[in-house]
This record gives sequence, structure tokens and C-alpha cells, in this order.
Amino acid sequence: MTLLEVRNLHVTYPGGVDAVRGVDLSLTAGQKVGMAGESGCGKSTLALALLRLLPPGTRVSGEILLNGEDILTMRWGRVRAVRWAGASIVFQGAMHSLNPVHRIGDQIAEPVLLHQGATAAQARKRTGELLEQAGLPASRATAYPHELSGGQRQRVMIAMALACAPQLIIADEPTTALDVMIQAQILNLLERLVTDQDLGLLMISHDLAVLADLCDRLVVMYAGRVIEEGPAREVYANALHPYAKALSASFPHIGDPTSRFAPRGLPGDPPDPTELPSGCAFHPRCAEALDTCTTDDQLLREAGRGRRAACVHVRELAADVPERAVDTGSTP
Amino acid sequence: MTTTPPAPLLSAQGLHVAFPARHGGAPARAVDGVDLDIRPGEVVALVGESGCGKTTLARSLLGLVAPTEGRVTFDGEPLRYSSRALKAYRRRVQLVLQDPSGSLNPRHTVYDAVAEGLRIHRGAGDERAAVAQALSRAGLRPPERFFLRYPHELSGGQRQRVVIAGALVLEPELLVADEPVASLDASVRGEILALLLRLRTELGLAALVVTHDLGLAWNIADRVAVMYLGRIVETGDAEKVLTAPQHPYTQALLSVLPEAPGDPVVLSGEPPDPSRIPTGCRFRARCQILASGEAERAGVAHRCRTEDLEVLGGGGEAQVACHWARALDPAV
Repeated sequence: MTLLEVRNLHVTYPGGVDAVRGVDLSLTAGQKVGMAGESGCGKSTLALALLRLLPPGTRVSGEILLNGEDILTMRWGRVRAVRWAGASIVFQGAMHSLNPVHRIGDQIAEPVLLHQGATAAQARKRTGELLEQAGLPASRATAYPHELSGGQRQRVMIAMALACAPQLIIADEPTTALDVMIQAQILNLLERLVTDQDLGLLMISHDLAVLADLCDRLVVMYAGRVIEEGPAREVYANALHPYAKALSASFPHIGDPTSRFAPRGLPGDPPDPTELPSGCAFHPRCAEALDTCTTDDQLLREAGRGRRAACVHVRELAADVPERAVDTGSTP
Repeated sequence: MTTTPPAPLLSAQGLHVAFPARHGGAPARAVDGVDLDIRPGEVVALVGESGCGKTTLARSLLGLVAPTEGRVTFDGEPLRYSSRALKAYRRRVQLVLQDPSGSLNPRHTVYDAVAEGLRIHRGAGDERAAVAQALSRAGLRPPERFFLRYPHELSGGQRQRVVIAGALVLEPELLVADEPVASLDASVRGEILALLLRLRTELGLAALVVTHDLGLAWNIADRVAVMYLGRIVETGDAEKVLTAPQHPYTQALLSVLPEAPGDPVVLSGEPPDPSRIPTGCRFRARCQILASGEAERAGVAHRCRTEDLEVLGGGGEAQVACHWARALDPAV
């Protein structure tokens, strides 16, 4: 059953910036979807839009169906109930998302008290369980955020996100700024919780390599649109869109002689969202652009089993063609 | 290397940096005995987790922190800590920090930011030409177009290029870069790393790159030094250390990278406090080899618990500070 279905989502900020320009997305229970892209590509805006957390005056259109119910047309009372209990967000900077003057136990208990009408004793018990689930001793509930390390704070954020037993977790860069070893611990934890509790996970990150490792499906965004999606490992190993290719090539593989002394990146800068290039928004940075790319917008098209890409070089393929057809999909 | 290696440009010998604790507690031994040489034109990556002392080591190499023991020599001369001597030293050794937005004054133009070093050191000659040359070496071309821009008008990658241009304008011999790309998008990282490599080829610039990113070390470093709790625990050619790591800590760090072959070894917990460095091997509390009983089978477990390892030499040869690795292969 589809847990989250996003249809034709558009987000325009009060200044007139189109941050998200028509995104479709779907996620089933127990599925892990990774969303990658550069800063400014609209991925965090999309996460905030999912729970109507954007500033007033922002125009949001399309549909966001959580269990079939449209979040965008809900009354506020219902939105408040859905936040935490239906879907919750783990934000990137645990340092800034936790209140420095409250004990972490009280912060975790807050949604339990508010949403589940628990008594103080029940909330305290639940807080202990949540902390242990997140790999911290229940006795740490009396600690203040500054007494914890970055990895421990991120565990608190995860415990908090699980407080009201939501079905969907949206994790926005949950491991950015953590060391590799702590990152591995947090990713293991997230993966275990999602599997054990059959949750849906939408994980947003700039780190394509981490997403490919953890997620089932991968969605790559550029300039407010999805430009490629498909099974995570396939997209990472064999991207079809030139942007997704460049992004995946910029993660070096240790031991691969071709990347030794040869760091790879993508020339140019992400486009200014107030002045998007005409045609395909990626064409000024694209090494494979044709003349028509400057004028013709490219929409997502089927590119073989469960894969879609928005590039002129991707031939329209039926959804059920055998896998080897995918390999030839990107040749002009 | 068949010929004798050239004399080191920058060298740390028996370096210790300790910070006193409040209320008479044990001092934090941030750098606890390090030998490290950087030869002209060499790129050395210093890798380790947060809190391992890598930034303190870099700061003491720059003369920003005076060592409590040991010494730093540059070009054969011991570093002196009078302000005049340090000023002269900083002409030859420049620092590039992680966050370019924090390193640039928002009210200074790009021209002023780059020319500042020249003005401080009263460089003779044409300031405008020197600034233009530094900007174009840093990949900002044509340089004149950037002279009057302010940091907020630039992308993150361009800002980091301005910081690098500011370092290059004094024509230093060594660059110390502390996480030079950690705050940049993956697609932009490759471009900045390629720039550091090009500066080495074109100007013979040596670099010490401090990072927690092993992929980055694979991309640009000749030599890698892995630091744990104030000491270098493994060092050698980047190829050797990254593809055939000997120290259990290096092995664990590499195993948790996405796509690493074999099962990830996720170490539990976090590095201990540098004011409480364990007796015996400093890694023993988290060591997977000791925990699994493999060290016992190799007959070194007792030594792991009681015997500290000596400081590794700072030269280029492959070395590892681990009783177990040495028992397996007496050559290392």
C-alpha cells in the first residue's frame, strides 16, 4: 500500500522563487527512498512542504497524500495530529533543533504528552524506551543537549521522531557533519528501526554514495525537479542523466586507479533559482547538451525497469524492457 | 622512491600539545607525541575523527599554538614564536579553512580579501597584477570580473577559491588546508581538489590536508597519516594505507565507507576523552581485534593492555602502531 504519494508538487516562496517545480514521488511502507541533489535544488524545501512547515505566504500546489489523505487540504487541527503521529522529521543540525535549556528527556516526552495524552509517568517510561531504542541509556534522559556528543544528539533526534510511532520518517541530512564511524552507527540505527517497525523512510542527503548503500530507491533532484529515479544501486552505478552521472562520479572509490589523483566534479555552479536557464535547466553545465536543450524542456521519461530520467539522450523505453536495454538507454 | 628523499620542508618532532584542565583536572593531551614530515611538493593527508587532535596538530604546525613539548622545524630551522618570526613564517605557510563564508569578511570585496595578505606583508611590486594572478590561479577567470564582487554574491565553491587565492597571493611553499571541501557540495568538491593538485604540479606547492574523508585522501594525497587520540597510528603511501590497511582502526574506518568490500566493522562508542588516554594501546577500548580475541590468539593481548607503542617516525615509510599487526607481519 502506498504510504506517501506526492503528485505534481510545486512550491513558490514569497519572493517568487520556484523551489520545487512539479515533483512526483511515491513511497510504500517499509521502503527506503533516498533523495539527492546539490544545495539549493529544493530537496529540503520538499521535506518541509510534506508536513506544511514552510513559512506563511509560500504557495504550495499539487497533492501530498499520506495514507490517501491530502495534507495540503487538511484543516490545521488534523495537520497537527499528522505531524509526529503520521510522519515526523529528523532535521540535520541536532545542535540547533534541540532546545539547549531543557533536558532531553523532557523534550522527547513533549510530543508524547501532547499527542497521546499520556500521564507524566507514562511519558517518562516511554522516553526511557525510546532512548534505549536509539542506543542511549534511559538514564541519559536527565542530560542537557550540551552534555552529549554530536552522534548522541542525533540519536536523541531519532528517539524524538519515533515518539508517537509514526509510519513515515523524513530524515533531512541526518548524518551530515558526523564522523564516518558515528555516521555508520546512526545509519545502522535508522535502518534497523525502519525495518523492525516497517516504517517508510525518506532520506535526504547530498551524499549519493550513502543513499545508494542504504536505500531501495534513489531520486536525484536538480533545480526543483526530479531528473532521475530508479533502484538505488542501479542509479548510482549506472546513471542515465548527465547530472546524476557527474554526481555519482564525484564520489571516489578507494582502490579505483582511475580516481587516484583525479578528483572529479562538475564544472559550473548550481543555477540561480530566480533565473533558471531556458530549456533543460541543466544545459549550461552539461557536456552532452544539444542545441535543442537550450529551448526544449525535458520531462521525466520511462527508461527501463522502474527507472526514469529527464534527458534528451534517454530514449523513451517501455517500462517492462529487459535490463540490458537499460545500458544502451543513454547512448545518443 | 629509489633516490634519497629530499629534506623535509616542514617537520614536527616529538610534538605534544596539552591544554590545562579547569579545577586541577588532568590536562587534555590533544597532540600526544607526533613526528610528521612534509617534503616540498608533497601532499599529505592527515585523517581521523573529530577530537583526535588533527586540527590542533595543524594549528601547532602553523605556530598558532605553541607545543608543550617537541618542536616544529621549517626548512631546517626551528620555528620561533616571536611575532616577527611568526609573521615571516606565515608568508611561506598559508592556511585554508573549512568554511569559506566564515573566512571572508562580508564587507570586503574579493580584491580586498585577496590583497590583504600583500598589504600586511608590504609586498613590493604591482598589487593589482598579483591579485589578478592569484585569482586566475585559483580558477576565477577572468579575474577582473571578480575584483569588486562581495562574498554573498558568490557560490560556495567560488568563495573557497577566493580563500585559496588569498593564500596563494603570497606565493607560499606550503598550504595547510583544514577540511577544505567539507562544507561544499559533492559536485563542487572535485573541482576544488583538482585545483589543489594543479597548484602542486604548477607551483610545486606542498600541502597538508586535514580531513575525515578517506575518499578525499585517495583523490589527492601522496601520503596518509591516520590519527587517533593524539597520535599517528598508521602512516605510509596513500595506496598502501588505503587499500591494505594494517591498523585495526584504519581497517574499521575504511570498512564503513559505502561500497567497501566485506562486512562493515562499526566500532561502538566514541573516542575517549584526551584527558583520559588509556594505558597500553590507546585504541584498545574500541579495538575489534582485541574484543574478538584475535589479539589473544596472536599472543599480544597482554601487550595491548599494558604496553604503549612508540611514536611513529615522520618520514615516508609505511609504519603502524599496533602490537597485533606487528605480530602478524614483523616487517611493518
